[in-house]
Amino acid sequence: MIVLEKRPQPSKAWSYATPLVAVLATMIFGGILFAILGKNPIQAIGTIFWEPLFGEFAFYYRPQLLVKGAPLVLIAIGLSLGFRAGIWNIGAEGQYIMGAIFGAGAGLAFYPLDAWYVFPIMVIAGAFGGWIWAMIPAFLKVRFGTNEILVSLMLVYVAEQFLASVSLGLLKNPEGHGFPGSRNLQSYESAHNAELIAGSGMHLGVVAAFVAVIFAYVLLNRHMLGFHIRLTGEAPRAAKFAGVNPARLILFCLGLAGALAGLAGMFEVSGPAGVVSIDFNVGYGFTAIIVAFLGRLHPLGILLAGGLMALTYIGGEIAQSQLGLPAAAIQVFQGMLLFFLLAFDLLTNYRIRAARSEVA
Amino acid sequence: MKFTSLLTSAAVALGLATGAMAEDKTKVGFVYVGPVGDGGWTYEHNKGRLAVEEHFGDKVETVFVESVPEGPDAERVMTQMALEGADLIFTTSFGYMDPTINVAKKFPNVKFEHATGYKTADNVSVYSARFYEGRAVQGHIAGKMTESNIIGYIGSYPIPEVIRGINSAYIHAKKVNPDVEFKIVWAYTWFDPAKEADAATVLIEQGADVILQHTDSTAPQAAAQEAGNVITFGQASDMSEYAPKPRVSSIIDNWAPYYIARTQAVMDGSWETVNTWDGIKEGMVEIGEISDAVPADIKEEALAMKAAMAAGEYHPFTGPIKKQDGSDWLAEGETADDGTLAGMNFYVEGLEGEIPQ
Repeated sequence: MIVLEKRPQPSKAWSYATPLVAVLATMIFGGILFAILGKNPIQAIGTIFWEPLFGEFAFYYRPQLLVKGAPLVLIAIGLSLGFRAGIWNIGAEGQYIMGAIFGAGAGLAFYPLDAWYVFPIMVIAGAFGGWIWAMIPAFLKVRFGTNEILVSLMLVYVAEQFLASVSLGLLKNPEGHGFPGSRNLQSYESAHNAELIAGSGMHLGVVAAFVAVIFAYVLLNRHMLGFHIRLTGEAPRAAKFAGVNPARLILFCLGLAGALAGLAGMFEVSGPAGVVSIDFNVGYGFTAIIVAFLGRLHPLGILLAGGLMALTYIGGEIAQSQLGLPAAAIQVFQGMLLFFLLAFDLLTNYRIRAARSEVA
Repeated sequence: MKFTSLLTSAAVALGLATGAMAEDKTKVGFVYVGPVGDGGWTYEHNKGRLAVEEHFGDKVETVFVESVPEGPDAERVMTQMALEGADLIFTTSFGYMDPTINVAKKFPNVKFEHATGYKTADNVSVYSARFYEGRAVQGHIAGKMTESNIIGYIGSYPIPEVIRGINSAYIHAKKVNPDVEFKIVWAYTWFDPAKEADAATVLIEQGADVILQHTDSTAPQAAAQEAGNVITFGQASDMSEYAPKPRVSSIIDNWAPYYIARTQAVMDGSWETVNTWDGIKEGMVEIGEISDAVPADIKEEALAMKAAMAAGEYHPFTGPIKKQDGSDWLAEGETADDGTLAGMNFYVEGLEGEIPQ
């Protein structure tokens, strides 16, 4: 008989080990899945994890890891602050979309003006777009006590409708033969978030992601506000006595998460994506939730987790084309990662003990 | 340590696998927007891929990646295929247009074929099918068969290709049934069974007894089957598992001949940039078997129309046709030119509602 026993203190060792164990378990069970599909499991897992980093074409995939990982990290950093304080912003996808619309809209308003200030204005507009979208659930929660989980999630679908609307109307490319989608910002130099060094994958969004990691680290460890965020999450009553103003904290956490998600959307639309189109969003806002938890809500952890998620995406595509693995198998593989993470998380707070079964 | 050695051995295994591949094979890549099992659009493209494999046997190797989002992800998948030695890459969704052009610039020696777009380059061709010819046949059957005089239409995105289909179906339904009314729902997706089923259910609740769809899954067929007295048409693929009712006929996209021809052209070195827009005549658009749920006389008329289009005697957009706002478009006997059709962004007279802006 196996029993779970609550630990008096959460285990520090397990809290660090869980992500690693989860990755390992995912590899093992993912391998079994691939074997059932008739593929060589070692080859499949090797392709997913090895090819993008050290394979023949790693020179192309490594920069792509940055491109794919940066928006995940940027969004996850914002989310993690709120999650730590028990503020559940599930709507980063919507904030990401609004950031892209505002950012691209600001840039296209200047088209074809060639000026240095176009891009900075787009950055501000993008952050503002995400911020204002996150302020809706924040304000409603502070003022009327609504549930931010539901409101922020529902606003994702509203944002998607906005996205469809501007792709078909306001931001539609006048030279696009009636097809939906905006002008391509990649061919509008003043608004293009180009790679800083060609072929490196480093665009300003990647830089912003790294800056956000450092900023969040300092905030959480060296700043009173960071202390209040942690305190609110870990001991809400104590936080009250410590004079934490919950309304202010909600506005700050949701607002910051929104602004960062908005920035991610803006950097994406002005760089790798190029166009505002109906299908612009591909789920970064939702995947970032996984990244935040996979990274233990810790800035450095999130950086690593973002890289790992990006790796499974890119490696997954390689496995599809090289080995003929179905896309769904790759998605299951990614899903396993979160599943095992949550499952093994149990061991942080509980220990497993073999107890003598008491049979009558 | 153990972990690294595991990976190393995997890499070695992989290296062997790649090294063993014959060098003179022509490698053809396919990028799909949906899963190959969607039963519609991507399913047919994948059938085209399998036909290429069957036709050329050992001389060709095909690879594909499915469910690729339109945008930077598509660009990466195409780059990856080009890096891995693809000679020819088919990108099978409208939203892959700019990514295809971007990647084509980086790989001037690789040939690209983009479906349903309009941007070409020295190494980028575009191809599409005249689905609107099939819509004309559907419109005819729908107009004759409807009892409620309400025809539901599930649109994917309000792009010219879809609007063309709506116009074509409407013109031919109206021709045989002046009381007919179209209700259009925009799903804003090519493939999302849940959304498509919802759209079908809404239309049926509003009284539609015919459902036309421009989305790729079989979910609307299932919704119609459940509702009972509703007929549907297979989209992109035959969807014959829902025959004889609700599915009474279908538009089938047959890409196989085109894919084989283009692969052959790459092998011969005769590949050139083309802008292909083929229809019933060339066999790129097929009409799936009209089931027994359709009375024999209607079936005969529908087949006659198909034959006329195949012979080049009939054009679905033949005047007089007015635009929705009442202005003249085509004069008596005039047929639409391809340029107008390619960028069609207006409804014809009689359709209600506005194209989403």
